[in-house]
Amino acid sequence: MNYTQENAPIYEALLRMKKMRIVPFDVPGHKRGRGNKELTEFLGESCMEVDVNSMKPLDNLCHPVSVIKDAEELAAEAFGAANAFFMVGGTTSSVQAMIMYACKSGDKIILPRNVHRSAINSLILSDAVPVYVNPDTNETLGIPLGMSVAEVQKAIEENPDAKAVLVNNPTYYGICSDLRRITEIAHAHGMLVLVDEAHGTHFYFGDDFPPTAMECGADLASVSMHKSGGSLTQSSFLLMGSSINADYMRQVINLTQTTSASYLFLSSLDLSRKRLALQGKEIFHETVKMAEYARYEINEIGGYYAFSKELINKDSVFDFDRSKLSVHTLSVGLAGIEVYDLLRDEYDIQIEFGDIGNILAYISVGDRKRDIERLISALAEIKRVYGKSSTGMLSQEYINPVVAETPRKAFYSKKKSLPLEETAGYICSEFVMCYPPGIPILAPGELITEDIIRYIKYAKEKGCQMTGTEDIRIERLNVLLQ
Amino acid sequence: MDLWFSEFHTPDVKLSIKVEEQLYSGKSEFQRIDVFSSKEFGRFLSIDGYMMLTEKDEFIYHEMITHAAAAVHPNPARVLVIGGGDGGVVRELCRYNAVKHIDLVEIDELVVDVCKKYLPFTACSLDDPRVHIFYEDGVKFIRRYENKYDVIIVDSTDPFGPGEGLFTKEFYGSCFKALKEDGIMVNQHESPFYEQDATAMQRAHKRIVESFPISRVYQAHIPTYPSGHWLFGFASKKYHPVIDYDGAKWKALGIKTRYYNSHIHVGAFALPNYVESLLEEVE
Repeated sequence: MNYTQENAPIYEALLRMKKMRIVPFDVPGHKRGRGNKELTEFLGESCMEVDVNSMKPLDNLCHPVSVIKDAEELAAEAFGAANAFFMVGGTTSSVQAMIMYACKSGDKIILPRNVHRSAINSLILSDAVPVYVNPDTNETLGIPLGMSVAEVQKAIEENPDAKAVLVNNPTYYGICSDLRRITEIAHAHGMLVLVDEAHGTHFYFGDDFPPTAMECGADLASVSMHKSGGSLTQSSFLLMGSSINADYMRQVINLTQTTSASYLFLSSLDLSRKRLALQGKEIFHETVKMAEYARYEINEIGGYYAFSKELINKDSVFDFDRSKLSVHTLSVGLAGIEVYDLLRDEYDIQIEFGDIGNILAYISVGDRKRDIERLISALAEIKRVYGKSSTGMLSQEYINPVVAETPRKAFYSKKKSLPLEETAGYICSEFVMCYPPGIPILAPGELITEDIIRYIKYAKEKGCQMTGTEDIRIERLNVLLQ
Repeated sequence: MDLWFSEFHTPDVKLSIKVEEQLYSGKSEFQRIDVFSSKEFGRFLSIDGYMMLTEKDEFIYHEMITHAAAAVHPNPARVLVIGGGDGGVVRELCRYNAVKHIDLVEIDELVVDVCKKYLPFTACSLDDPRVHIFYEDGVKFIRRYENKYDVIIVDSTDPFGPGEGLFTKEFYGSCFKALKEDGIMVNQHESPFYEQDATAMQRAHKRIVESFPISRVYQAHIPTYPSGHWLFGFASKKYHPVIDYDGAKWKALGIKTRYYNSHIHVGAFALPNYVESLLEEVE
């Protein structure tokens, strides 16, 4: 490979293709946009011109041998991985590939329960058996933390036949586990370490961030380049350590991946990798500076608590990602989701998510100082105009799940639909979650309890966007016939 | 030489002024600033290519945005001006003996420097001892204060650049909080005529109505602004702009103006029907 990080092989190949003025008698049928004027006007000609199919000069994602292979090698180098794959089905597809690589039907996998739905979805696909490690929770904030080393060790010792440990690092809120130690313990027991690093792309490029999965010796990591990395939505990287057979991994990915990967996604990954490799340090320095400023000003308002490194306890909060702006809102008498809705409906500000007790505003290099000022002022105004006493506010709670069936068996079993109120004691066959953040309250195969029903009702009442169930209004749940 | 300054008022309409000489061009952290001289309009200031003021018609804007509030408030002792680094509003305020203290919050120090040097006709009172200048984002400045000002004048640029934050609900809400119990806020309110300006005007009005119990809009004719038909917002906690206005009392102050007078004050609040309905749509 004669490339350096200054190159972007896929992007460069697309530029060459444009110059050659190739006459397209292949798909896509819009033919460089000419066949769909309204769409071209909307997305722009330069975008439509590179929405092309795989062809020899552009390589093929299912079986890369030239420019995509080169771009993947550059990505691996940039992230310090043995191999890297471009993923076009979101980080969801990347998490699925990790689990389907590690686990066959009936294999056990150790994971925290506060994982993204994509992880549990893969358990349905692969028929792996989850062994949940309870995440520690912070009582005041009501957020799940990382996995404590002792809990992981215990799960590993109780399940020596488990094939892998999946770690969510950092969490949506920016909480990191002791990944290095967890990896050592898992490896000592012959288990693979898979890291859902969807919210940690920037760890690979900035200064002074918690250590990355690849640095810690993990075997696989999924990084959402489209989150903090700046690429297009739905594009992602799968990183592999030297223990992973990349060619077998490609076969696993090809089980479910499209054969018509979008060159918009691929070129966006390629260019964003180049940008981070060359300027990542400054970019994330600026991002952290803005997040720290916003945190300081929000804490000055009073009532709100924008938390940070002070949460570190060297175990379940081993480290904290300071680029995250998570704010606890209950003390102003408003649920996070209420603040989230007010910001959008009244102040034209869209943040990442609000849950029962917190909000998360996503800060990136694309932010402008003046927009940060607006966010801070809007929070101050929300407190002044809508704030109330915080008595009677339900804090987010972690409800310990009782896994009665494997997710796959529960998903495919005979089931019936019951009104939510009547489901206590039954086994759920579907997901219930607030989206975002997409962490299930109930997953297929889990026992429904009164506590869970109460929690779902409260979240609905506060305006959380609930998803996962067949009944779109979440008034009924599918349960196993028993 | 055939050198022209042109500004697009819509993608299909532009206003051009023949330029005699470019006196200044510079770029700050926030924007590009230019000063030209012309035969017809004298000196004029543009920011990011948008006309801010000309020597010939600035008096209309500055008198109308200032006197409406200063004349209605019985004792406008403490005044806050947000934006307005050219000094035009401050110049008008300094003509009132009742005004004891003026805070001017301008995000861009370079605007003030350039105006002091090239536009002395507006910047002439910036050194008045009552004036205190802060170079800060207005959205941030106002957040800290409660019950502090009698009058706030929001002399912003258009809501498509650094001035965007000055057209938001969080900003108007913060102004409400920073005003005393009988305080008045006046703001540059865009134009009702061209579609993009009218949308911005409606959004601003909606946000002000949500924040203040009294919210009226008034107009003036400003030749160099898009369509020439310009609006201002009068938002108030207690005083109605017409009912609580005492024209005779203002006349007695003996302030000499070129556009504003007590008849104009009352008449300016009478709006064309199409403007009334644009406003009603969002009330």
